[in-house]
Amino acid sequence: MDPKKLRYAPTHEWASLEGDTCTIGITKFAVEQLTDIVYIELPDVGDHVFKGDGFGEIESVKAVSDLYSPVDGEVTAVNEKLANDPSIVTNDPYGKGWMVKVKVEPGTTLDHLLTLEQYEKQVASEGH
Amino acid sequence: MTALRTPLYDWHVSHGARMVEFGGWDMPVQYTGIVEEHQAVRTAAGLFDISHMGRLSFAGPDALGLIQHVWTNNAATMKDWQVRYGLVCNEQGGTRDDVLVYRWPYGWAMVVNASNRPKIVGWLSQHRAGRDVQIADQTLATCMVAVQGPKAVELCRGLTDADVSQLAYYHGVATRYRGDQCVVSRTGYTGEDGLEIMLGAAHAVELWEDLLARGARPCGLGARDTLRLEAAMPLYGHELTEEIDPYQAGLGWAVKPDKGDFIGRDALLRRREDTSERRRVGLELEGKRPAREGAAVLRDGREVGKVTSGTVTPTLNRAIAMAYVDPACTAVGTALEVDIRGKPAAARVVKLPFYQRAK
Repeated sequence: MDPKKLRYAPTHEWASLEGDTCTIGITKFAVEQLTDIVYIELPDVGDHVFKGDGFGEIESVKAVSDLYSPVDGEVTAVNEKLANDPSIVTNDPYGKGWMVKVKVEPGTTLDHLLTLEQYEKQVASEGH
Repeated sequence: MTALRTPLYDWHVSHGARMVEFGGWDMPVQYTGIVEEHQAVRTAAGLFDISHMGRLSFAGPDALGLIQHVWTNNAATMKDWQVRYGLVCNEQGGTRDDVLVYRWPYGWAMVVNASNRPKIVGWLSQHRAGRDVQIADQTLATCMVAVQGPKAVELCRGLTDADVSQLAYYHGVATRYRGDQCVVSRTGYTGEDGLEIMLGAAHAVELWEDLLARGARPCGLGARDTLRLEAAMPLYGHELTEEIDPYQAGLGWAVKPDKGDFIGRDALLRRREDTSERRRVGLELEGKRPAREGAAVLRDGREVGKVTSGTVTPTLNRAIAMAYVDPACTAVGTALEVDIRGKPAAARVVKLPFYQRAK
């Protein structure tokens, strides 16, 4: 995935919409904040996710963080490889580190999310 | 109250350390990553700023008497330059702190946990009675660094006037670092061989950079925690508290009731015989989800204990934890469950420590 073409939640998830499938992952910034990721908890295929609500957890050596869904929809695919090797997210957060694919209602857009430029501004202002 | 800063604070910040407040001090939790730093200690040499720990010195004819009065272990049988671990307990036998006592030819020293420094200083003052002893809190005037790992001692060859490679485990020496007085001891909190060095605060950065140039890798409190957990060393506030006695913690070896009276002795003798109290165990969990402090430990759906520390251990790549559990559940191999945020994870009691360095 090209980070320039993605949209971003303030909570550091990225989203990409193709047709009615939204792919979701976390940003390089999030990965750098977490450093040593030891565990990722993702929903099951068939689960419903809701915009702004938690859909999973990501755990580093020191702490656990919630993952928030940027859209409403039904989970149609989960990246099963992450359970055994969370480092895939660390190494390739926008590509092989995708987390879930969600089927959204027709007409859904990602306009409510931040552009790359807006997201980078937010990250910079957080003083990191 | 703002947090205190060690003499190495500016160095940590300017080198990209992620800082966190710990025990009243701004400390580095990591530089590049906890796992990498942990591995550096297990395979080579890691360098820790432990200046936040309290350093107290004792002088005067009654110094031994005061230490014996507040401490569970026996200071009278220590030889000059020996270092020994023991507890400071309250009257009920609960733990006020776990400390190292150092015996010098000319006096004594005690290194206490950063978070307990005010408590222990107050306790000593409260219990000194009319003893002829001078206690000085050397913490702010000094620094302390730990070099830990299989290559640590070798890396310190020629660092000080004294040849520290000759130091026996749990012994120290007063020597000089580039002309400045320092104390080096063969002690540590990682389960590896290594040294801890106390030096005047003014020379901290010089010593730190010297050790880095010699090949030690800077490590933060995050790795310090995963290392000590693997080695099953207790952390005050987790495995030790004012309510937990040393016997429950498996530290009865550091309690010597036969040495004579000390604060908490009678209560400790009673608690030693109390078979109803929860005891510290090691747990290995199935799967990769770490248990965290406070997680309930269950057997057949009933709570039988609580986790006090947990992580995914970088060396063994497993989720491990220490917990206090009911006596009936302490046998190695006991199958238990840990409630991780509402979901049970299978666990079993394992022998401590989780990791032990090759001799």
